[in-house]
Amino acid sequence: MSTARPDTRAVSPTPHAGTDIAEPAEAGTRPRRRRLVVNAVRFVPLVVFLGGWEVLARAGVLDPFFFGQPTRIAAQVGDWVTGGTEIGSLWTQVGVTLQEALVGFAIGVVLGIVCGIALGRVRMLADIFGPYIKVLNSIPRIVLGSIFIVWLGLGVQSKVALAMVLVFFAVFFNAFQGTREVDRNLVANARILGASKRQVTFHVVLPSALTWIIASLHVSFGFALIGAIVGEFLGAQQGLGLLISQAQGSFNPNGVFAAMVVIAVIALAAEGLITLLEKQLLSWRPPQLSGADL
Amino acid sequence: MTHSDPSPPAIELRDVTKRFRTPAGSVHTALRRLNLTVAPGEFCAVVGPTGCGKSTTLSLISGLEPASRGEVLVDGGPVRGISEGIAFVFQNDAVFPWKSVLANVAAGPLFRGVPRREAVEQARDWLRRVGLAGFEDRHPHQLSGGMRKRVALAQSLINRPRILLMDEPFAALDVQTRQIMSDELLRLWELTRPAVVFITHDLEEAIALADKVVVLTAGPGTVKATFEVGLPRPRRAQEIRFDAAFVEMYQRIWESLRDEVELAYARTAAAPPSTAEPEKETL
Ligand SMILES: Nc1ncnc2c1ncn2[C@@H]1O[C@H](COP(=O)(O)OP(=O)(O)OP(=O)(O)O)[C@@H](O)[C@H]1O
Ligand SMILES: [Mg+2]
Repeated sequence: MSTARPDTRAVSPTPHAGTDIAEPAEAGTRPRRRRLVVNAVRFVPLVVFLGGWEVLARAGVLDPFFFGQPTRIAAQVGDWVTGGTEIGSLWTQVGVTLQEALVGFAIGVVLGIVCGIALGRVRMLADIFGPYIKVLNSIPRIVLGSIFIVWLGLGVQSKVALAMVLVFFAVFFNAFQGTREVDRNLVANARILGASKRQVTFHVVLPSALTWIIASLHVSFGFALIGAIVGEFLGAQQGLGLLISQAQGSFNPNGVFAAMVVIAVIALAAEGLITLLEKQLLSWRPPQLSGADL
Repeated sequence: MTHSDPSPPAIELRDVTKRFRTPAGSVHTALRRLNLTVAPGEFCAVVGPTGCGKSTTLSLISGLEPASRGEVLVDGGPVRGISEGIAFVFQNDAVFPWKSVLANVAAGPLFRGVPRREAVEQARDWLRRVGLAGFEDRHPHQLSGGMRKRVALAQSLINRPRILLMDEPFAALDVQTRQIMSDELLRLWELTRPAVVFITHDLEEAIALADKVVVLTAGPGTVKATFEVGLPRPRRAQEIRFDAAFVEMYQRIWESLRDEVELAYARTAAAPPSTAEPEKETL
């Protein structure tokens, strides 16, 4: 499980409110031109990739029966949007998967933060529960998926549980590490200023660990989606995972890819929201900290 | 200073020894049988070679660390845990980077249960006093080093401490800013008159600010000598350096400090540490 370094994903390089905004003309046009160039060039690999795929498929080099074909994938997505899928409206499937992922994500994040900070703050707890966490973390998640389906049935709960477990460990290890890395000077300062243990946790430990925690959120929403979809894949009545497994069962690679496109759109949107949240919560950080934004 | 005062000293260290367990498992003695008394309202500067236990002394007084042996008394009572009425300006930057300047300064009162409105009011007052009015909404990384030190000062003084501990607070500043900050510190000190323990490597700074200068030996630290600085107040740190009495004082204290600094240097420059730890005779 990854314990992503907090600075791998940093706040955007846009200047801070109140920082140096002298020479607005200079500062304004350059990033704008840069953004235009980036956006234009960004699509080149995509176009080359899809175009090449399409051409090779049409030329018969790639057998569309196995490899699919971009235009047909697009048509499949269009079909689903207008006519619905074999298992019901596309929006229902998206809604179900999204619900599973979001609920699992929310529970996993909260539990991960609470447990990570608790174990990071209280040595005793870390010593007692550390081995258990390590053992649990070493269980292959797919096995857990099967177990959850046996326990919780084919409904939403088993997927939520799987998503939650995946998210929990990612967030937990980051929150734990972030808590341990808190500057001892800051804790000492807060205590001298009169902070209680609780206040130290909320005013020093949590904000400081937040850099780590938010870094983990980027990864863990992906994990939540994976959890939901793998869960559906293993057995479900609705959802994008089921859509994929049905397309696979009827040898329809375009269907598999079409579901992937839908998932990618969801993941991108979620990523955007998390980045917004990050900018809000970490606005205190110096902009120099930010490297490339992913 | 006022020996007729019947009230107990603000700070009293009696025969204090502090040992640390090193990562290697051995025991490192940072302080040995240190005795130090600071009267209420007295400004005491502590100088000594690097690693002699100055920061350790402050962590004992503040209650962040317990003494291994001996007694640490604050206002006549033994220190157990973090003591009330103490402020600490740390050697490294310790303002909260995620709080605005205003929130940083208001943190103390808020931690202590002062209503928000009142805490903010006090914080604005103190920001004005340290010359940072108009910077309330900035975050620490948007300030210069000197400004951050002022935030730290305001953050500490807003609690109206009876004891102010300062660990090389101006060490990271350039010489001019340091002198300005020294004057500012004296001015602020006059406002509430806490007892101060001020650690510095800068002997001039020590003499310009303090009522008494304590010289510590090379580690394990203990008091080598104490010098009363009789220079009249109010002082201007920037000008007092040229005073003849100041220069004479400087020479006397430097004489005492020099041996320790050289000893400490020889120890770190020469071979393995903690082999030869000659017992220093205290004066
Ligand atoms: N937590 C600790 N564990 C082990 N050794 C420590 C610890 N804290 C301090 N020491 C040791 O105690 C000695 C005194 O440290 P201290 O920080 O008090 O020195 P100092 O006089 O403040 O030095 P400087 O002027 O460089 O700040 C040093 O040799 C240091 O290595
Ligand atoms: Mg020190």
